[in-house]
Amino acid sequence: MLLEVRDLDVRYGAVHAVRGVSLAVEQGEIVALLGPNGAGKSSILNACLGLAPRSGGSVTFNGAPISRLPTEIIVRRGLTLTPEGRRVFPHLTVMENLKIGAAANAKLRRETAGRVEEMLALFPALTDRRTQLAGTLSGGEQQMLAIARSLMSAPQALLLDEPSLGLAPNIVDQIFDLIAELKRRGVTILLVEQNVELSLAIADRGYLLASGRIALAGTTAELKSTGRLERAYLGIA
Amino acid sequence: MDLFLQQVVNALSLGGTYALLALGLAVVFSVLGLINFAHGELMTLTGYAIFFALAAGLPYPVALVLGVLVATASAVVMERVAFRPLRNSNATVMLLSSFAVAAMLHVLFQNLISARPKAIPAPQFLMRNVEVLGLQIGAVQLVSIAVTAISLLGLTLFLRRSTLGIATRAAASDFNITRLMGINANLVISTAFAISGLLAGIAALLWLFQRGSVDPLMGFLPVLKAFIAAVLGGLGSLSGAVVGGLLLGFIEVGLRAYLPDGMQAYREAIGLTIVIAVLFFYPSGLVPRREAVR
Repeated sequence: MLLEVRDLDVRYGAVHAVRGVSLAVEQGEIVALLGPNGAGKSSILNACLGLAPRSGGSVTFNGAPISRLPTEIIVRRGLTLTPEGRRVFPHLTVMENLKIGAAANAKLRRETAGRVEEMLALFPALTDRRTQLAGTLSGGEQQMLAIARSLMSAPQALLLDEPSLGLAPNIVDQIFDLIAELKRRGVTILLVEQNVELSLAIADRGYLLASGRIALAGTTAELKSTGRLERAYLGIA
Repeated sequence: MDLFLQQVVNALSLGGTYALLALGLAVVFSVLGLINFAHGELMTLTGYAIFFALAAGLPYPVALVLGVLVATASAVVMERVAFRPLRNSNATVMLLSSFAVAAMLHVLFQNLISARPKAIPAPQFLMRNVEVLGLQIGAVQLVSIAVTAISLLGLTLFLRRSTLGIATRAAASDFNITRLMGINANLVISTAFAISGLLAGIAALLWLFQRGSVDPLMGFLPVLKAFIAAVLGGLGSLSGAVVGGLLLGFIEVGLRAYLPDGMQAYREAIGLTIVIAVLFFYPSGLVPRREAVR
């Protein structure tokens, strides 16, 4: 297992957002984490990176416990997150956003120029925009920049939080094509999405989260076949 | 006309010093959300470092460099001791901690050194007037303006060109996401404090050239002014700090030069009224801080 979450609990004050969730992602897989709004999906991803308060349970990456490490160390070990709402640095240029993605260590910094070219090849839409402030990009371009910025640190595993949120349908298709391309390049992906259909189309396995608990787990074929997904979404599983 | 131009030079020189101090406050505020009220003590530390360096017989230029280095290092140490342990508490707690640091340093200066001013004579060449384009201008003012301009240029280059500078700007807009880039949060915060200390040290030199002595409260007034300047420009905005500092310099020098004698007693009150009037029309300051788009 590349990434393993065991009995994870996340609380924000009195709110118990994640209740004893266990899940695992294997090297090279795309795993979809589905569920309605407020089910705790983002909290799980944030807790993996040390950005949400973990009140119980553990996270291991490459066999080593990472739950007590600061965010920046986790990223240096090869696990990263493209957060919900993209969160590009709006007052930095596209180039600066990309550069900062490779600032984690000396080796990455030496390779920055090459990796920037690689990213611009992967995201041609960004090429003409490199000197533009990131805040002036369209939503789709910002999402591409956010993913490219994450990839600048050459992660083994990428956690993607709602990459299609608020984007036009044709841009959503582009983003999902890109996720499939990343898998071909060997990046392991844990994908949080509202778009169930597209997610199941590219994922190997999936988990359904409801009220902070895993309601359903299985391969995408299993999830699609039983009709249990719809029932779980409606809260009657 | 000559008088007017001379006042412009004075305003630029005073405003530039405020700008450097306000920038120091703004850099820390933008990254950490903290108003460091012990910022003025960094100036005072520079003063005492120069005083003791000169007393120990070090050459004048060495003493000045040493003074600036002491402010820079002290700012980094201050963060490590007084703010880092409180990082996860709210901003008010850190604010109180900065008051405590300021109060403790005051008392230490008073008890260990002296409550009375210690003289630091400015070098001879700064006491003269220089003729520029037919105007008699104080060398101190010219040096102040030049030093301020060079400092601003250097800071701009650092923030735009270096990875650490870009990281500092990134952290100012979204701290957690900056950590997601694998960037050491402590390093960025230490950098912000080092910049603020460096700027406070440089401002202290300019201040010392003007007044020629150091006492325990030396940093209090200029940093109070710098705080006003930072608010005037837009708290946390770096360009705002510079604009606010310069504007405050122009307001103060303008009132000192042109207010009738009978009203000079009300100079500060009138100056602050102008500041309030500006804030009435620009409540977030003249160049408001740009928040991250969420």
